[in-house]
Amino acid sequence: MYTQSLSIPDGDPKGPRKVENPEYEAEFNARIDAGGFIEAKDWMPEKYRKTLIRQISQHAHSEIVGMLPEGNWITRAPSLKRKAILLAKVQDEGGHGLYLYAAAETLGVSRDELTEGLLSGKAKYSSIFNYPTLTWADIGVIGWLVDGAAIMNQIPLCKCSYGPYARAMIRVCKEESFHQRQGYDLLLQMMKGTPEQREMVQDAVDRWWFPSIMMFGPHDSDSVHTETTRWGIKRISNDDLRQKFVDATVKQAEVLGVSLPDPDLKWNEARGHYDFGTIDWEEFWDVVGGHGQCNVDRLAARNKAWDDGAWVREAAMAHAEKQAARALAA
Amino acid sequence: MERKEWPLWEVFIRSRNGLDHKHCGSVHAPDARLALQVARDVYTRRMEGVSIWVVKASDIVASDPDAKPELFDPAEDKIYRHPTFYQLPDEVNHM
Repeated sequence: MYTQSLSIPDGDPKGPRKVENPEYEAEFNARIDAGGFIEAKDWMPEKYRKTLIRQISQHAHSEIVGMLPEGNWITRAPSLKRKAILLAKVQDEGGHGLYLYAAAETLGVSRDELTEGLLSGKAKYSSIFNYPTLTWADIGVIGWLVDGAAIMNQIPLCKCSYGPYARAMIRVCKEESFHQRQGYDLLLQMMKGTPEQREMVQDAVDRWWFPSIMMFGPHDSDSVHTETTRWGIKRISNDDLRQKFVDATVKQAEVLGVSLPDPDLKWNEARGHYDFGTIDWEEFWDVVGGHGQCNVDRLAARNKAWDDGAWVREAAMAHAEKQAARALAA
Repeated sequence: MERKEWPLWEVFIRSRNGLDHKHCGSVHAPDARLALQVARDVYTRRMEGVSIWVVKASDIVASDPDAKPELFDPAEDKIYRHPTFYQLPDEVNHM
């Protein structure tokens, strides 16, 4: 997407584009204030660029690592229909990772640098993927709750100030809706099954509920977002999004016939929202810090895939170069 | 580990006959044939296209965003280039 390698004529009357320049910054701020978009080659403060690279790449890594817990069940899907759906969903996650890597690359970072960040453990990805998928019901609950929470987080990003990111997110959000609905549909079917199947669904909901509402990140009082808000990258606060998600999910749980594992969850007439219990932030930071159940496995799987694929990448490149040389000689 | 990144290609898709190809993103691929294949997998999983163009990103020449004023501002004050500039009598104003 309009990458760093597009050539632009050199020489700029206002001086080098890299330096912080108050004149450029004023134009940049004015455009953001007017609700406009920043495009790849436009001048931007270094901190805006760095913040976006970090956020978009974390997001891309999450999509890629997110293929692992679900891929775990492809060979064991209970029917051909469910297998085809799961394959399509996992393929989508890969696609989302690629849209997002491409958007990050427009900011002047290479794909290899991004990949290196993930494989070395330097870059983070969403901690939700460090939980294991123990039963088939987990696949449904991931679609319903995890993708549901992701959609809630991602819809405001479709209007974020950085054009390539916003456009990638529009594409992602369109496809995520299928992910959430297929998950809920899968659970509905299980709930019509045997008592054991219904128990399986309840057990999965019990395990995934709190990790899902942790996906919105720390409370607003514990997270500083002044700049990302000022720059139009983050438009709705963590706690507001979390509340929106909880409010939307209660009814869905009722229709499904499962309970959400929180005794403090109840309607608050005065607030016009559901109240909910205390989130175990110690667990959250533990998983973010690399001590979740699957952190080690996830990184090992990504490193193995990258290393095992090395010879294919090299051979394809060597073949392309040989063909190009032959075409030139002919 | 030696790394040799695959080149970058910009992807343009015609969503249906009668419409222009439109830029939709980019992919890495070793050559044009694989770039088409990857673009098909990444950007047309839901019948978004009937035709794909891929162009090596390094072959695209772009205008400088900072040259926007001198390139595009001159068109701003030429409102007589638009049909709405001309106020005609009501009887013939649908012209």
